[in-house]
Amino acid sequence: MSLSTADVEKVARLARLAMNDQELQAAQAQLNNIFGLIAEMQAVDTKGVEPMSHSQDLAQRLREDRVTEPNQREAFQAVAPQVEQGLYLVPQVIE
Amino acid sequence: MIHSSLSQLGAALRAKKISSVELTQTYLDRIAQLNPTLNAFITVNPEMSLAQARAADARLAAGSAAALTGIPIAQKDIFCAKGWLTTCGSKMLHNFVSPYDAHVISQFNNAGAINLGKTNMDEFAMGSSNETSHYGAVKNPWDTARVPGGSSGGTAAAVAARLCAAATGTDTGGSIRQPAALCGISGLKPTYGVCSRYGMIAFASSLDQAGPMGRSAEDLALMMNVMAGFDERDSTSLQREKEDYTRDLNKPLTGLRIGLPKEFFAEGMGSDVAKAVEAALAEYKKLGAVIVDISLPNSKLSVPVYYVLAPAEASSNLSRFDGVRYGYRAPEYSDLADMYEKSRAQGFGAEVKRRIMIGTYVLSHGYYDAYYLQAQKIRRLIAQDFTEAFTQCDVIMGPTSPSTAFKLGEKGDDPVQMYLSDIYTIAVNLAGLPGMSIPCGFGANDMPVGLQIIGNYFDEARMLNVAHQFQQATDWHSRAPKI
Repeated sequence: MSLSTADVEKVARLARLAMNDQELQAAQAQLNNIFGLIAEMQAVDTKGVEPMSHSQDLAQRLREDRVTEPNQREAFQAVAPQVEQGLYLVPQVIE
Repeated sequence: MIHSSLSQLGAALRAKKISSVELTQTYLDRIAQLNPTLNAFITVNPEMSLAQARAADARLAAGSAAALTGIPIAQKDIFCAKGWLTTCGSKMLHNFVSPYDAHVISQFNNAGAINLGKTNMDEFAMGSSNETSHYGAVKNPWDTARVPGGSSGGTAAAVAARLCAAATGTDTGGSIRQPAALCGISGLKPTYGVCSRYGMIAFASSLDQAGPMGRSAEDLALMMNVMAGFDERDSTSLQREKEDYTRDLNKPLTGLRIGLPKEFFAEGMGSDVAKAVEAALAEYKKLGAVIVDISLPNSKLSVPVYYVLAPAEASSNLSRFDGVRYGYRAPEYSDLADMYEKSRAQGFGAEVKRRIMIGTYVLSHGYYDAYYLQAQKIRRLIAQDFTEAFTQCDVIMGPTSPSTAFKLGEKGDDPVQMYLSDIYTIAVNLAGLPGMSIPCGFGANDMPVGLQIIGNYFDEARMLNVAHQFQQATDWHSRAPKI
């Protein structure tokens, strides 16, 4: 299989990556090369094989429901692109 | 002093033959002299390093020093360190001064080690040559026209050129072992879950693992004593008893069963690499080891499986970079969606965008079963191969990388060629096993060759023993580039 220009455009949109036509074309060629490599996987018979999401079969650890993190709002907002009165600013989304 | 081992440096510091301030300044001077050529560090901050050195000297004077107190260690720029610029090799984090410490960083701080600076790396650890760094490629100190490997290439070059006593790396598909091999140093990727991922900027969370890079197995063992350990802030950190990784270093290797996977010794490996690896195996036989032929039949699928799973996890992890809470924001945009798209397009480099797109595609509606689920199933087959192999042998050996260091720009235009340079290392990450690389000779153009040692789960102490005994019998690890 290979990705069409429309596929690549859709993926870029889903991934929130702005791309011009030239970048989309380059991405299409490279992604198709990479999916050529990945295609090798499809021939493998994996009937009855349990998917492995993780190398250790771990159950999620539970912890006591208490406050452990101190408030570091100022330290964290010091590295934000735009803040005002303790809030993160983004372009207006509601008219 | 710059060629001394960590234990020699520790002894000299405790005996007051040198102060930590003097030692730190020695390395800072070397960095100032050589970093313009090698580009191994993204950030040095002499003021902060020397403040730590003064505190270490006070601790040494008070007699409460630990093994690494006062020793300058460089940190891969993937680890968040409070007050330090932490870029992960990306424009996206060009202005990110971390407000907190990664677990690994606090472990070194508690041990009294000096943070000597942040080492260069492939952007978000995605690369095998260090050429994807926004801060420019790192040069291999053995030949500055060649790559140091990646993604921990800045660390590997810094250790090889004696710009630090030792340093940290991270390994998702080979990013500790491959640059260690290409720069002629030693590096260990521990069992998944042994070192906390807290504060280590995420690439592929089910594969990422921190580990030490240094000049000898003995140095790596001392680093492991600091880096390993349970941390409740990492949900996959393993609750285990604290280990002393130096405990088995001096055990003899008599009767050690070394498994050689026939798939690793087939086509694809350079003849120069094969020659050095075979000579190392002959040395191991002299040390009393026996060779067992094994097979890892599914290992050839590790590259395609990895290039589904790692980008899938990356596309999810990197969705946090949206220009809102930290990092780069595009200067001009029309609305919120446009701000996201432009900030990400301008903040990420080409390889990172490529992997985000692969990941987004394989996770998208209609393709999940064919790609992601199929890859997870084959991942299990790959892991089962190792389980089977370890019933017949104690460690597995083979090449770390199919070739020695290639030239800068040589594989630049073809991502697939670059991906194949990790063909021997990736399966280890998929299985979650520990793996290491130690120098075992020189190949074409007098560039270093690495021997890969793969152990069973939690067998790091034995692997360090296996590596240390080789390093007692040979001197490849003490060779230094002329720079």
